[in-house]
Amino acid sequence: MIRDLVIVGSGPAGYTAAIYASRAQLSPVLYEGSVTAGGALMTTTEVENFPGFVDGVMGPELMESMRKQAARFGTELITDDVVEMDLKSEIKTIKDGSGNVVQARAVILATGSAYRHIGLANEDRLSGRGVSWCATCDGFFFRDQTIAVVGGGDSAVEEATFLTKFASKVVLIHRRDSLRASKIMADRALNNPKIEMLWNTEVVDILGENKVEALALKNTVTGELSQRDFTGLFVAIGHIPRSELLIGQIDCDNEGYVKVEGRSTKTNLPGVFACGDLVDHTYRQAITAAGSGCQAALDAEKFLSH
Amino acid sequence: MATSKVTAANFDEVVLKSSIPVLVDFWAEWCGPCRAIGPILEDLSNEYGEKLKIVKLNTDEESAIAIKYGVTSIPMLNVYVNGEVVKTIIGAKPKPALLKDLEAFI
Ligand SMILES: Cc1cc2nc3c(=O)[nH]c(=O)nc-3n(C[C@H](O)[C@H](O)[C@H](O)COP(=O)(O)OP(=O)(O)OC[C@H]3O[C@@H](n4cnc5c(N)ncnc54)[C@H](O)[C@@H]3O)c2cc1C
Repeated sequence: MIRDLVIVGSGPAGYTAAIYASRAQLSPVLYEGSVTAGGALMTTTEVENFPGFVDGVMGPELMESMRKQAARFGTELITDDVVEMDLKSEIKTIKDGSGNVVQARAVILATGSAYRHIGLANEDRLSGRGVSWCATCDGFFFRDQTIAVVGGGDSAVEEATFLTKFASKVVLIHRRDSLRASKIMADRALNNPKIEMLWNTEVVDILGENKVEALALKNTVTGELSQRDFTGLFVAIGHIPRSELLIGQIDCDNEGYVKVEGRSTKTNLPGVFACGDLVDHTYRQAITAAGSGCQAALDAEKFLSH
Repeated sequence: MATSKVTAANFDEVVLKSSIPVLVDFWAEWCGPCRAIGPILEDLSNEYGEKLKIVKLNTDEESAIAIKYGVTSIPMLNVYVNGEVVKTIIGAKPKPALLKDLEAFI
């Protein structure tokens, strides 16, 4: 059987696309990912800026509601990873991690983004052994310890602030001499007595045999090298679009974001639409991802009606 | 068979003195990725439980054991053979990847 629409991705973009598409009777199949279902907000705590929730809402709770809303209108949810896609033909073919294949006339790509790594040789080796990308997941295990956060944007500042609940001291390491984070977030961190700022500093190596013991640091102004003891390093230097399955099939820019036509969600391939953080350099918010998921469903609906 | 819960009180008997390999899932209620792999571990336990016993340890309730085994990130899966840790898997992974990691035990 050839379906009308497959949606790949289960963040705000994918679920919103599914809500619209299933209400439009397109009976979409949505791949959620086997262990990442719900997307980026599953690893955060309070979301304070999603409209409609006066007192904020927990990220996982918001995503569970979106999921239920998509299911309510008949979206078929599959909790598995898409591992292969052929998007160039008129009939698209999608293969999942269990080896099942689905064919469809249209596909919406909403795979979001993954954490960016610093790119140090010891980073992956010590991952889960003191190096982490998720404060809410791992912060608990650094009670009364001195840990480092690297980054200077909203997420770094948020992670650092969150980690002060557990750690005795959090050192925020940033390459520049001021934070990129929004003022309200930056002020919260700068006024927190448990947070120490280390400006103009880059992490050049992570030291430790079986777990993180220290960081090798470099001053970006003077070039001076130093070393300092830490038991944990939280990396919060942004995200990279999850487009690895698409490279070579679909037009992406040089950072890997899928290119879309004007204000639409159309990619260079007919019947293939992209939305959310996968296409967005600029805004990268739950509400903007949801908004572009809606656009993608409407674009797909229009395409299918021709 | 379904997975079972392990605590400080029975860790020795259930894990360290087991006659077959035991996979301990270090997890917590608040950990999204832990919840995500929960059903996968149930599947594995149903399919391979005869060869590899799968048990769950709540790191909030049993922090002493979590600290003893150096947990700094969950989910963390440790495989014990004759009381020794022979394999550590950190982070949520899809079922095919877990099956591959656990090949030697199932
Ligand atoms: C810690 C943190 C805190 C944040 N806080 C806020 C906030 O307070 N307010 C706000 O507006 N925004 C916040 N954001 C940003 C927001 O989470 C993102 O902008 C938004 O989630 C992007 O949605 P998305 O649907 O494009 O992608 P994602 O949420 O990244 O979801 C994509 C999902 O698709 C699935 N997927 C990927 N590849 C595949 C595949 N091959 N097969 C199957 N499924 C796949 C995975 O489950 C993946 O997680 C935060 C982000 C982080 C990391």
